[in-house]
Amino acid sequence: MVSGMIVLEGVELRRGGRVIVGPVSLTLGAEGITMVMGPNGAGKTTLLRALHGLERLSSGQIRWAGNGNALRERQAFVFQTPVLMRRSALDSIAYPLRLRGVKRAEARERAAACAEQVGLRVNLKKEVSDLSGGEKQKMAMARALILEPALLFLDEPSANLDGRSTREIEEILNRIRAGGTRIVMSTHDIGQARRLADDVVFLHDGKLAEQGPSAAFFDAPQSSQAQAYLKGDIVL
Amino acid sequence: MNDILQGMARAARLVVTLDADLVEITALSLQVSLGAAVIASAIGLPLGAWLAINRFPARRVVIAVLNALMGLPPVVVGLIVYVLFSRSGPLGALGLLFTPTVMVIAQVIIITPIVASVSHQAIRELWADYHDLLISLKANRLQRIVTLLWDGRRALMTASLAGFGRGVGEVGAIMIVGGNIDHATRVLTTAIALETGKGAFDMALALGFVLIGLAISVNLALHFLSRTERGSRW
Repeated sequence: MVSGMIVLEGVELRRGGRVIVGPVSLTLGAEGITMVMGPNGAGKTTLLRALHGLERLSSGQIRWAGNGNALRERQAFVFQTPVLMRRSALDSIAYPLRLRGVKRAEARERAAACAEQVGLRVNLKKEVSDLSGGEKQKMAMARALILEPALLFLDEPSANLDGRSTREIEEILNRIRAGGTRIVMSTHDIGQARRLADDVVFLHDGKLAEQGPSAAFFDAPQSSQAQAYLKGDIVL
Repeated sequence: MNDILQGMARAARLVVTLDADLVEITALSLQVSLGAAVIASAIGLPLGAWLAINRFPARRVVIAVLNALMGLPPVVVGLIVYVLFSRSGPLGALGLLFTPTVMVIAQVIIITPIVASVSHQAIRELWADYHDLLISLKANRLQRIVTLLWDGRRALMTASLAGFGRGVGEVGAIMIVGGNIDHATRVLTTAIALETGKGAFDMALALGFVLIGLAISVNLALHFLSRTERGSRW
């Protein structure tokens, strides 16, 4: 049994009388990459946001057991559309450090090192709005990684990116996973899920349709929705 | 047409020779309206940001009132300030009527709603962009406001400049509370009104061109100082 866990018990989120997610009960281990999959509107984004504490739960609870507490304190979130601050790339990446009182010069130095790590090799004095799509995504990754999170959420980090940028992002994810960072991410890309996932959470219509280790999930999915989704059928 | 040409020529002559009276009233115009714009910004910018990121029951009403106050008639503001500061008024003992100080006070009342309303609009859009990130990074309330004001500084400068523009071109309030006293409270707009009344159109036009030049110079100076238009930014 793994030492730390995130436990969701009957988690439900309703907005305007409509159930977006839930009720979902599941347990996430303390290591590896969990891939949240499912068709559009299945509640992937909402579930990730709820785990990160950005959404108020309508009912149910999230418990952080064992090492889970350490995870809880040190989380970061990479949004599907990178939040573009009206700042240079360097100052955007340094921003989380500045919030925690790190002096400007040191924060910039560490931001430059972090940009190098994620392979963001552009003039960092550029405004973020002038970066390309892939560069914006790497900027957002660097900004999330600069506080060295123990738990990293990514919401479709390579949506709208070409093959090359996607591969670079996946390399970064594999590297930080090897460094011990727990990753929970969503994706539409079945190939990407196969390449990265240790285990899979498959959502359908806000409900948990299936959960399991990635090998089992991809080779022999149990639920009819997951079977159809993996086969390439349109799941409604 | 002839009047306009004569006015331009006269304006050029006044400016080139640094006419003492012109310099004096231009300096007072600048001093009163810049002063008012600075004070109004100190009140209006944080107020706009605060309204943008806080939710409270009367919020919509406050914003609607603020927007309505943008159209506050200067003459009425002048009248009310006059009554407040006149000898028999509640603030009469201060003896501020017909001084530049009370002119600044009247203009602050006129300008603050504009600054607050424009900055509220700008900050609200920025807040919508930044909301998730700032919550995710656990920025506290003060850090949020500081971040939004700093990153929105270009739009906020426009808010302040809009306030300055309204102040420097305003004649109704400062005419009433200042009294257009020569060498004491005469500014460009009140001087223009006076010269026009006297039928001295070339002088009035000359002062008008100086006023327009002043407004443009202040805007350009601030934009250059803050390098708003640098590089590839629009």
